[in-house]
Amino acid sequence: MARMKFLCDAERCIECNGCVTACKQEHEVPWGVNRRRVVTINDGVPGERSMSVACMHCSDAPCMAVCPVDCFYRTEEGVVLHDKDICIGCGYCFYACPFGAPQFPQTGAFGVRGKMDKCTFCAGGPEPDGSPAEFAKYGRNRLSEGKLPACAEMCSTKALLGGDGDVISEIYRDRVTMRAARGSKSGPPWGWDSAYGTGTKS
Amino acid sequence: MMTRLGSIAVAAALVLGLVACSERPQVAQYKQGTYQGKPDTPPYQNARFNGDKAAWDREIATRAQSQNEYKRTN
Repeated sequence: MARMKFLCDAERCIECNGCVTACKQEHEVPWGVNRRRVVTINDGVPGERSMSVACMHCSDAPCMAVCPVDCFYRTEEGVVLHDKDICIGCGYCFYACPFGAPQFPQTGAFGVRGKMDKCTFCAGGPEPDGSPAEFAKYGRNRLSEGKLPACAEMCSTKALLGGDGDVISEIYRDRVTMRAARGSKSGPPWGWDSAYGTGTKS
Repeated sequence: MMTRLGSIAVAAALVLGLVACSERPQVAQYKQGTYQGKPDTPPYQNARFNGDKAAWDREIATRAQSQNEYKRTN
């Protein structure tokens, strides 16, 4: 069974923000909400590294554990989704998430938090697949069209990989081997252990 | 007679007022730790894949390999 995961290769990311743009365009994400963003460590210093960050669809998702109204569910492909009709916008998931993935649109004049919005791995939500209601609440459902997330497929340097964990880790392993043959080192993929644990295959 | 009708009207108003103060549970069937929302369908349960999970898996595997430029260019 496919276990959908993201992997960001910090050696390749050039901080072009193509993934951010692809996500916003694909799902028509409103202003103020960034389901995906690029974080740069040691910006401007030689050796800086950039990483594309969004919901990693964790194996043991802390957002699911803390949600007081239990609006989260995990699909059989391992994608963590939520029902916006149940969400009360409390923000507990934002505090629990190690990646800062949950986003809250400012819907009112006084900055009232709206319902949580986050990366869906382009898998929509519990509304009927491909329906206008699903698009309005969660964005496009590319998985049901047999496609992978737009951010990963649009990545110009293929730094961001998305798909079945076994497949993308194999792609990354090939890269690491090629780099090692050239004498350059690569670290473990950033966030991988936090999201999917160490030494686990699920 | 008028006094009795008046007291009945006041009593009825008080009862209606108290009803307005009552509180209803807002989560209908709350069970700790279980998903409360609507059920979702798998991504292959649609007109395109017609429930064929193997076909969907093949499509996703093919798309995933397009991310591997070592295989694309060789």
